[in-house]
Parts: sequence; C-alpha cells; structure tokens
Amino acid sequence: MAVQDTTAGPPRTAFYNDPVIRGILYQVIVAGLVIAFLTWIVLNTAQNLAAQNKSTGFGFLFETSGFGISFTLIPFDRSSYYWQAFVVGLLNTLLVAVIGIVFATMLGFVLGVARLSSNWLIARVATVYVEVIRNIPLLLQLFFWYFAVLKAMPAVRQSFELPLSIFVNQRGIIVPRPLPDAEIFWVAVTAVLALVAAIAMVVWATRVRTKTGHYPVVVSQASRVAALIVTLGVGYLAISLLGTVVPALSFGPVVPLVGAALLAGLSLTPYARYGRVFIGFAIGWAVANFLLGGMFAGLGEGIIVLGAALVALGIAWTMLSADRRSAATEGKLPLALPVLIVIALPALVYWVTGASLAFEMPVLERFNFAGGLQLVPEMVALVLGLTIYTAAFIAENVRSGIQAVSKGQTEAASSLGLREGDRLRLVVVPQAMRVIIPPLTSQYLNLTKNSSLGAAIGYPELVNVFMGTTLNQTGKAIEVIAITMLVYLTLSLTTSAFMNWYNARVALVER
Amino acid sequence: MSFSFVREQMVDPAPAPVNTAGPVAWARRNLFATPSDSLLTILALVLLIWAIPPIYGFVMPNFLGGDAVPPGGTVEECRLETAGACWAYISARMSFFIYGFYPPAEYWRPNLVFALGALLIVPLLIPRVPFKRTNAILFFVVYPVICFYLLNGGVLGMRPVPTEQWGGLLVTLIISLVGIICSIPIGILLALGRQSKLPIIKTLCIMFIELWRAVPLITVLFMASVMLPLFMPQGTTVDKLLRALVGVTLFSSAYLAEVVRGGLQALPRGQYEAASSLGLSYWKSMWFIILPQALKHVIPGIVNSFIALFKDTSLVSIVGIFDLLNTVQAASSDIDWSSPTQAITGYLFAGMVFWVFCFAMSRYSIWMERRLDTGHKG
Amino acid sequence: MSDISSSSAEERTINASQMKVSDTDVAIDVVGMHKWYGDFHVLRDIDLKVMRGERIVVAGPSGSGKSTLIRCMNRLEEHQQGQIIVNGTELTADLKRIDEVRREVGMVFQHFNLFPHLTILQNLTLAPIWVRGTPQAEAEATAMHYLERVKIPEQANKFPGQLSGGQQQRVAIARSLCMQPKIMLFDEPTSALDPEMVKEVLEVMISLAEEGMTMICVTHEMGFARQVANRVIFMDQGQIIEQNDPENFFSNPQHERTQLFLSQILH
Repeated sequence: MAVQDTTAGPPRTAFYNDPVIRGILYQVIVAGLVIAFLTWIVLNTAQNLAAQNKSTGFGFLFETSGFGISFTLIPFDRSSYYWQAFVVGLLNTLLVAVIGIVFATMLGFVLGVARLSSNWLIARVATVYVEVIRNIPLLLQLFFWYFAVLKAMPAVRQSFELPLSIFVNQRGIIVPRPLPDAEIFWVAVTAVLALVAAIAMVVWATRVRTKTGHYPVVVSQASRVAALIVTLGVGYLAISLLGTVVPALSFGPVVPLVGAALLAGLSLTPYARYGRVFIGFAIGWAVANFLLGGMFAGLGEGIIVLGAALVALGIAWTMLSADRRSAATEGKLPLALPVLIVIALPALVYWVTGASLAFEMPVLERFNFAGGLQLVPEMVALVLGLTIYTAAFIAENVRSGIQAVSKGQTEAASSLGLREGDRLRLVVVPQAMRVIIPPLTSQYLNLTKNSSLGAAIGYPELVNVFMGTTLNQTGKAIEVIAITMLVYLTLSLTTSAFMNWYNARVALVER
Repeated sequence: MSFSFVREQMVDPAPAPVNTAGPVAWARRNLFATPSDSLLTILALVLLIWAIPPIYGFVMPNFLGGDAVPPGGTVEECRLETAGACWAYISARMSFFIYGFYPPAEYWRPNLVFALGALLIVPLLIPRVPFKRTNAILFFVVYPVICFYLLNGGVLGMRPVPTEQWGGLLVTLIISLVGIICSIPIGILLALGRQSKLPIIKTLCIMFIELWRAVPLITVLFMASVMLPLFMPQGTTVDKLLRALVGVTLFSSAYLAEVVRGGLQALPRGQYEAASSLGLSYWKSMWFIILPQALKHVIPGIVNSFIALFKDTSLVSIVGIFDLLNTVQAASSDIDWSSPTQAITGYLFAGMVFWVFCFAMSRYSIWMERRLDTGHKG
Repeated sequence: MSDISSSSAEERTINASQMKVSDTDVAIDVVGMHKWYGDFHVLRDIDLKVMRGERIVVAGPSGSGKSTLIRCMNRLEEHQQGQIIVNGTELTADLKRIDEVRREVGMVFQHFNLFPHLTILQNLTLAPIWVRGTPQAEAEATAMHYLERVKIPEQANKFPGQLSGGQQQRVAIARSLCMQPKIMLFDEPTSALDPEMVKEVLEVMISLAEEGMTMICVTHEMGFARQVANRVIFMDQGQIIEQNDPENFFSNPQHERTQLFLSQILH
C-alpha cells in the first residue's frame, strides 16, 4: 500500500500547464516575435536604403563637414571633420548643462527653503514661482526668453549699458574679456591651493575638536589675528563704499584706513557688536542704494538714498538683535581664518608676482562692438530657461527633503542643548540631503536632456549640430541617431549607477 | 505633606495678552516675527513693488488701468509706443490657435470632439459617479475611434480633412490624449514584464524602458520622423502626425511603466498570495485582483505623467507639426498684426493655456492623492 | 500595565519615602504661567514648585496640556505670561539662557527621536562632544557606561532602525543621561511601546528615581506613579486640578474630575 502511494506521487499535470514549461514557452514566443519584428525592420531598411542608393557605415565621420558653427569651444571651421562637429556639439551640451546645473541648484535651494519659510510673503512668492514655472512647457519658456525678450532687445547702436561695461543688445550680452597674463596662472594655482588648504584646515580643526574637545591652539590663535585683518579689510571697504551713496562722504584713503583701524580695535572690546553693526549698515546702505537705483530709475536720487538707508537700518537692527539673542560664540569654529586664506593668499601672489589681469573693454564701433566677449543670445536664453525651469523642480525636492526630517529630530537635538547651527549641521542637513540627493541627480539628468531643446532656438548643441545639420548633410540617419542616443544613454546609465551607489551607501539601516 | 492641593475654582479661558487675532497680529506673526523676517518682508515688498505694476500695466486693458489693447482693438492701437499686450491680435487669430488650418466650414467637427471629450472625461474624474468601467471603455476605446472618423472625415458624407490641416490646441490635445491612452496598456504590460520572473521577458522590458527613459524626447521624435519611413516596407508612407504619435507613445509608455511598477510594488505581498491561493491563473489574478488595486493607487502618478506629456507635446513643433505652440510661433510673423508686443502676447497666451490645463490637472492629482491616502487609512 | 510595575516593586522593595527630597533646593519654579496657541488658552495659571530630588507624575486626559507643560520647561514651547525658573535661570527669549537650561535638563520623548543616521554610540556622544566639548574617548566611555546601565552595551554600533522600540527608548534615556542632567523630563515615554516593552523602560526609570534624579513624568502608568512618585499632579483643561502624594491621590481623590478620571483608567 505504502509503496503504491509513493509511486503515485503528485497528480500529473499536462506539460502545457506546468509553470516552468509555460514560462519557457512564453519566453520563446516573445523572443521569437521580437526577433521576427527586428528582422522585418532590418530587411525593410536595407531595401529602402538600396532603393535610395545610400550606403551605411561610420566612414562619414572622417569627411569634411563643410559647415560652420556659430559658437564653439574648440577650433572648428568648414574644413573640420564631422566627428569634430560631434565633439563641438557634445561640449556645447555639456557647457550649458554644467552652467545650468550650478545656477539651478543655487536658485532651487533658495526657493525650496523659502517655500518653508515662516514668513508668509516669502513662502507665497516662492510658491507662486514654482507653480507658475513648472506648469508651462520648457520649450515655450525658451521661445519666450529667446524671441520675446533677448531678440526684442535694442539694436546694437541702442544697447543697454549696465555697470562694469556690460552691454545688452539683440546680439546677446557683451562683457569685458579677461586678458590674463602669464603670471595669472600662478595666482589661479594659488587660489585653488588656498581653497584646498582652507578646507583641509577646517576638516583637521574639526577632527581635533572632536577628539580633544577644543580647537587646536594654533588655529584659534591664528583665527584671532585673521579676524582682526578681516575686520580691517571689511571696515575699509565699508567706509569707502559710503562715498558711493553720499558724495560728501567720499574721502581719500586715510579716513577709511583710520576708521578701519578703529573698528578693528573696537572688535577686541566687549562692544565688538556695534562695530559689526556699523559695517553691516554701511555695506547694506551702499548695496541697497545700488540695487534700488537700478530698479526704480525714475525716482529721485534723494528718495532712493533715503529708502536704501531704511533698508540698511533694517539690516543693522537685525544684526543687533540677532547678536543679542544669539548663543555664546565660544566653541564655534572661527570662519575668519579660512576666509582670509582663500582671499589673501591669491591676492598676495598677485601682488608679489606682479601679475596683472587686464580686461578688454567692449567698444561700440560703427556697426558692432569691437573687443569684449560676446555671449550669444541662444546660449543666454537656454541657460536662463533651463535654470529657471529646473530650479522649480529642485525647489520641490529640497522642500520635501527638509519636510522629511521630522520636527522631533530638531526637538531632540534642542533638548540635548545643541545650538541652532549644530542642529542643522549635525542632525537636519545630513538627513535631508539623503532624501534630496537622489531626485536632485535625476533633475540634473533632466536638465542635461532638456538642453537638447536648444536646437529649437538655434544653440549649437549635440542634437542641433549632429542630429540636425550633420544628419541633413550626410543622410546617415541610422548612424547619427544611434550615436546621439548612445551619448544620452551613457549619461543616463552613469547617473543611475551613481544613484544606486549613493543609495546603497547612505541607506538607513533598518531591521 | 504640604503640597496637597485641590482646585476650587476653574480658570476660564482668557484672551491672549498679545492680540493674536486681526490683521495687525497676523502681520506681526507672519511677516514681522523677528528682525530678519521683517528685513526679508521689506526686501520682498520692494521686489514686488518693482515687478508687479509694470506686469499689471502690460497685461491689463485700459479700463482696468493698464496699457493692453483689449480684444476688438485695432492693430494701430497695438503699434503705439505705449501699448501693452495686444489681446486684439489673440482674439483675431483665435480660431487658428484652436483649429490650425482646419477648414472653417467644418469647425463643428472638432467642436463636437471637444464636447464629447468633456462629456466623457468629467464623470471619469469624479470618483462618486458610477459606471466607471463603461465610462472608461467609452473614453479610452470608443471615443478615439469616433474622434478619428469625425476629424478625418471621408465617411457619412463628411469631407475628408487630411492631418496636415489639423492644428492648434486641437492637435496638442489629440497628441497628449492619444499618447496617454495608448501608453497606458503598453505601460502596464511593460511594468508586468519588468516584474516577471521570466528572465528573457524581464530583460527585454528593462532594456525597452531604460532606453526611452534615457534619451530626450526630441531625439525620439527625430527618430520617429526620420527612421520610421525607413523601417516600413517600401512604398508605405507614414503620416507625419502618426510618426509623432508613435514617438510620443513609445516615450511615455516607458515613463508610465515605471509609474505602474511603483503601484505594483506598493501592494502588500498578501494580495499576491491571496490571489494565487484562490487558484487564479497569472492573467486572471492580475486582471481581477492586482491591477485594479495597483492602478487605483497610481492615478495621481498617471495624472502627473499626463501633465508631463501634455507639456512635452510642445516639442512636436520641432518636427513641423502645428500644435498650439507652433501656431502661436507661426502667427507671430503675421504682418497684418505686426507690432512690438505681438510675439510676447502670443507666448503669454500660449503660456496661460498650458498653465490652466497643467495647474488644474496637478490640483486634481494632489486632491486624488489625499483622497487615496485617507481612504487607505480609514 | 499597572501590575507589571507593581510586581517589580515587590522584587525591588523600594520605598518611595526613603528617596531624598530637598526642602530648600528648588529645581523648577513655575509661577502664574499661561500659554496660548493662537487664541486657544492651553495652559492656565500654572503654579508649580519642584524641589530637588522630587519624582512628579503628571496625569490627565489627553488634551489637558500636560505635555505642553513639560515642553515649556525646556522651552520647546514658549509661554506668554508668568515665569518659569529652571535651576535658578529664568526662561526668556534669550537663546544663551535657553541653551544653558537645556544642557541641565534631559528630555525623553514619546517617539524616542533617536537620530536615525547615526549609530547608537554616535547618538550618545553627539551632544557631549559638541555642547560640552568633551574629548571623544571620554564621551564614548561615558556613553558605554550609560548603555550598560540601560543594559544594551552590545548594541553600541548598530543603528536605531535595527533596535526594538523598548531598546530605542532605553537608548534615548541613555542619550539624555550622557549630558549628566540635573532634571529629567519624560513625555509619555511608554505610550508608543508594545506592552511587553513597557516594563524594561519603566525599570530604567525606576532605577533613575532610586538614584535621586529629579524627574517629571507625563505618563498613564499609574502603577509607576504609585510606586515611584512622591507627588501626583492631575491636570485638565490646561490647569492643575489636584495634587497630592500618590497614596492619598489614588485612595482619596478630592475633585470630581479626578475621581472621574481615576475611575476611567483604573476600571
């Protein structure tokens, strides 16, 4: 009996009902269909190409292009090859992508934080921005910036003149062209080294602070000296700027120097905050005066000076009360030292080596500007459009990232006695960034992909130069489209590889 | 002990010492809570005072205190130095923006299409209205067929109107609706394939999805318009609008597949187990148990992809189709209405149309999301 | 739940009256304090003097303002009228004073609020290092000491997400203790826990009480109140309705609201 039972085994199923066999069957059918479809396409294509007498292959890349490109980062002319056109397009794509990413990130973070502001007006302004911008197609926005704004700028002869010899007209924005001499190279090297050194110093000082409980003595001593020097410099700047607001207050170099020395002296006394407030007032006054003067050109000068003074008083009041309310400063990393390193070292090298950074100023001649650096309107419009559009999406990512950190986290940190700066640095930001970075990366990728819309307003990026002009001239549709798509595919796969790596690295460990 | 205490008289609620109601208190709390808040408020106000009056003056007609030329105005008024937006131009060219080159005598056909669409989609979007399944079949299957014959003509004595003459908002709506309607089933199949345990099917689906998600839509449209004719047997011609539709559908089905996959993954494992414990086959369990639940949860996601698709349709103007943006672009070189503000008015108009559609849809998606959220908990 | 803690009371045989309460040293002094949320008067005329070494349990129906009251004591919420003086420092808008008070007052939350991106050890050393400037090695030694006290030293290098609720709450208590506070505030520390984990947290709290820590607990654990508290405060509608030592409070409640509340929660 028992023997019979075991041999009977499970009831036999028909082979086509066995899930494993079924699975294999399905896959064979699907694969067969896909292969058949692809073969059909390939055969059709071959026939079509043969009928049009067209050849295939990538040989065309090494043929002379015979067209010019309006904006290139590498030398390119009619005698260059198609592969060089490809490189030009790719570099132009990457150029706007990088510039766009930098600006969109800055604008997006500001807007994202602003949307969560307790200030009703600020939050509302940010919300309106986001809701307006992200609900209008990017292409429309690009057309708007390019055709309605930049192309509607005055003709060359009536160019708008902005400060610092910047001119805006139909042909774009013309800025002074920097003419670095050989020594500038060393200044640039020093600037990079100084930045690295400053970061390294901050990291080291923080490490020592964690290990021993206080910052290294060298650093705190040097910081004190640095703070004095910075006060001296900023004080000098502040007093000299007063002259730009009220002409009666423009002095020679002596008064600002003495004033700065007094301010530096004051910073050693318990009344240091009044010195800081004065500097804040003076600089705020000058900047507000400059901005208001630009915004409300129609108003009288007196009103603007007065309005700027009100804004500056607001700044001074803010600084004073913030200073009074703020927690003790001891135990905080003094920022004067890294700031001084980053600014003063390159300046020193600039002075010692006798390097000079001249600017070639644009000068209006009969029909156009001579000299200067011309930013073509296509590029300006594309960068503007991409930045403004992507910033709206980044703002939403930032907002939800910050909101993802529960209020309890801040409360727990506060109840432990952590100060506001430390709460943000040690508890809130690290958690928010984990949430923000993955969608932020895909926004960067979107921006890069969206830069292809530059083709519609004539910016010579990859799609325009390669899928547009090159394809039209050579007729190599399959090859050109394959190469272009491959570029974007590579970018995208690299990005998702980074994201997977990042997510795996920062994933919160859960049970 | 001494601390024993019993309250004899309850304390009645008293008004707060600092007035917390009224506009002054509101402003103090929301605008001037701290010095830095006050400073930010002042700066924002300065910015708004700078920006809003010129914009208002540009957009509003003179009876509302602005400089714009209202509908019915003349081109001469628009050409004045001080004139703002030229709304007269928009109203004069309105039919072009809506119908493109569609013959005016046949406008009743697109109008009927709009009306039918509205009639079918409104009850579909309101969760309380019954007959969802019938409604959905009508909208997603029957409606497109009717639309095609109505617009294209050639049957029932209607004059044929080739797709080259379709344009404006009509084409924008057609492309986005066809795109979403075709990409939903493809997206679902792709999502199921990506979740499948069968390696070949899974790989094929992943490759398809990731390829289209990786490249910009403009390259897909280029590909569709240049390569589709090459892929077809010799002698076949593919309609230009159809090429764009194929490109848009391929592109959005990949995005939709990821949205649906999110819904499938969000379902508790118990649902899958329950389905298979009932002895249902794979397709039956998907059709009757898994998909209805998963799709309900991804409605906001589908609406969001639809918004993205709706905005993306503007790209078909690059491959020469007269959608809303392209009609506006083309009309901006209309000599009869040439004025300094002609182009900018056109873009403002197109922007407002797109904005109204997208904003309404995004509100709907947020509302739906909230509804689903609470429904889930309760 | 009350029988869990009363059974541990028998094992330990604590006598609440043996724990020392200072007669002169005031830890927290709340005088005529009012608080409003907008127009809503949440706390009304609160007067409360907490002596050093006292263990106070605050009870009351939900929405009675008990959590808000202890959150005012380290200024997670600000009050609009009256005074709150903690360890001799009055709480005002002055951030310096607020920081000073918070350093001396530990707080344990209903939902633990551990920092999920840091290990248990990092959770414990964060504040000592950045607030007190304790050298890392020393902070870690202290942290391990307190982890042993709450009986989970082996979890030091795990992340909060890997721990059970009870373990997380014990870590949260240890995290506060690492700052060596003079006063501990507990905001419904066991409400979010599964029943089987309540005991382990209460045991830690009892042992803290035995050491003479000044404690103010908002809790529904009446067994804990009976055993550990030297004073029970009953709140309703934002005001203190009744306070007494636990024995009299439970056996002989005076106010009708107290009677109603006790009859509801002690069946």
